[in-house]
Amino acid sequence: MPSLGADMEFGIVLQWLVKPGDAVRRGDIVAVVDTSKAEIDVEIFEDGVIEELLVAEGTRVPVGTVLATLRTGASGPPPAPGERPLPEAPPPLQPAPAAASRPTQIAVPAGPPHRRQASPVARRAAEQLDVDLDTVTGSGPDGAIIKADVERVAAASGRSPAATPPPPSPPQPPVAAPSALPGPAVDLLSDRQAAMRQAIGALMARSKREIPHYYLENQIDMSASLDWLREENLSRSVTTRLLPSVLLLHAVALAVAATPTFNGFWLDDAFHQADGVHLGIAISLRGGGLIAPALHDADRMTLDELMAGLRDLVQRARTGRLRSSEMSDPTITVTNLGDQGVDLVHGVIYPPQVALIGFGAIRERPWARDGMIGARPVVRASLAADHRASDGHAGGRLLALIDRQLQQPEAR
Amino acid sequence: MNEQELREVVVAALTEVAPEIDGASIDPQAVLTEQLDIDSMDFLNFVVAVHEETGIEIPERDYPKLSTLDGAVVYLTNAQTRGGSERP
Repeated sequence: MPSLGADMEFGIVLQWLVKPGDAVRRGDIVAVVDTSKAEIDVEIFEDGVIEELLVAEGTRVPVGTVLATLRTGASGPPPAPGERPLPEAPPPLQPAPAAASRPTQIAVPAGPPHRRQASPVARRAAEQLDVDLDTVTGSGPDGAIIKADVERVAAASGRSPAATPPPPSPPQPPVAAPSALPGPAVDLLSDRQAAMRQAIGALMARSKREIPHYYLENQIDMSASLDWLREENLSRSVTTRLLPSVLLLHAVALAVAATPTFNGFWLDDAFHQADGVHLGIAISLRGGGLIAPALHDADRMTLDELMAGLRDLVQRARTGRLRSSEMSDPTITVTNLGDQGVDLVHGVIYPPQVALIGFGAIRERPWARDGMIGARPVVRASLAADHRASDGHAGGRLLALIDRQLQQPEAR
Repeated sequence: MNEQELREVVVAALTEVAPEIDGASIDPQAVLTEQLDIDSMDFLNFVVAVHEETGIEIPERDYPKLSTLDGAVVYLTNAQTRGGSERP
């Protein structure tokens, strides 16, 4: 069961879309999982043949539970001694002495699948506890292995140090609905609402408890961007028009790419910079709650691609389905509460991310420039950042870069 | 399309972006974004849906005229009678 967001502890396998013997390719959707927030399409992380489905549909299991086994290397040349092909990253692991076609466990199809990431602390723990990292299911971002994952495996195999928390229970017997349901008569919708509030509450409490937030704000003159946008939209049909929020996202993506100290995760007492800029877009759900799936590689998107991506993401978050990689990948979150008339956002960071950028409404305000006061559309951009990973000086630079980008809309 | 048909198109487009609302319960004079809790993306999708159903081009500067159900129906009725050139 992949971790589809840091606030997820359990998931229900709603549906298997593959059966034993099926050949799958990396990125294929193999199952649908219900978190407390949404139904998520779970992608497979490597090519292979499904060997066995271990968790029945309708079963609620903790994150980290093995859902199925995958046979790799069944076709084509067998990969090198390790059973797990690591095509792109330098292999951080000792290859396990196993046959080329030994089944591997499908547990964390989330995230870029080509890399086996583990935090230094997790590696040390693995060494101490004599745990093969290859047998560990990562529950961190991008499927990264964190210390708790190693301890879980160690505990399950009886190598538990005294301080190790108890391992998650083995897969529970199939149940038709979340076990939190007191009875069949409860309103499923309100139950999901309650579960979502609980998940958000737990994650935000952890954020406020663990992350030393600092906050910065810039007021940004939006005249140049909005003038450009107005002209641009005049020549566009309604179906291809751009929203101001797309300009904001574009500016953020470029600014974050230039200040990578805000783009990544705080895991096991260290900052891990992410490779791509995957903007988590905070999307409010109709009826309450929110979800912040990723727009992948947003810094490399054109405005049109960003607009299409945003529209697609919002629609699927609200009415359809999100994919597992979108749930686990965001490297920094952006929230725009301008539509609600909010002036300024004081963000709460999504652990294990280290920053959140907020935008209020774009409003006409008195604005002094060149010794004159005029009325200009102004947006208040805010940064909430993790002081363990960065300082206000760097944060100021990030906001200044966003500002600068928005002053040169024609330069995209 | 007559006024009644346009109204149905508008209500259908609204229920598309806000599936849980009851079309019959929309207050025709209240601001849609507030009444139905729809944001700028929803509103754009609403405009796109109306455009696709009626063929009427709706420039961005006219968005405020579609801020209520009644306003939208009046706007679309006028846009239609302004000329067939605006229809596909």
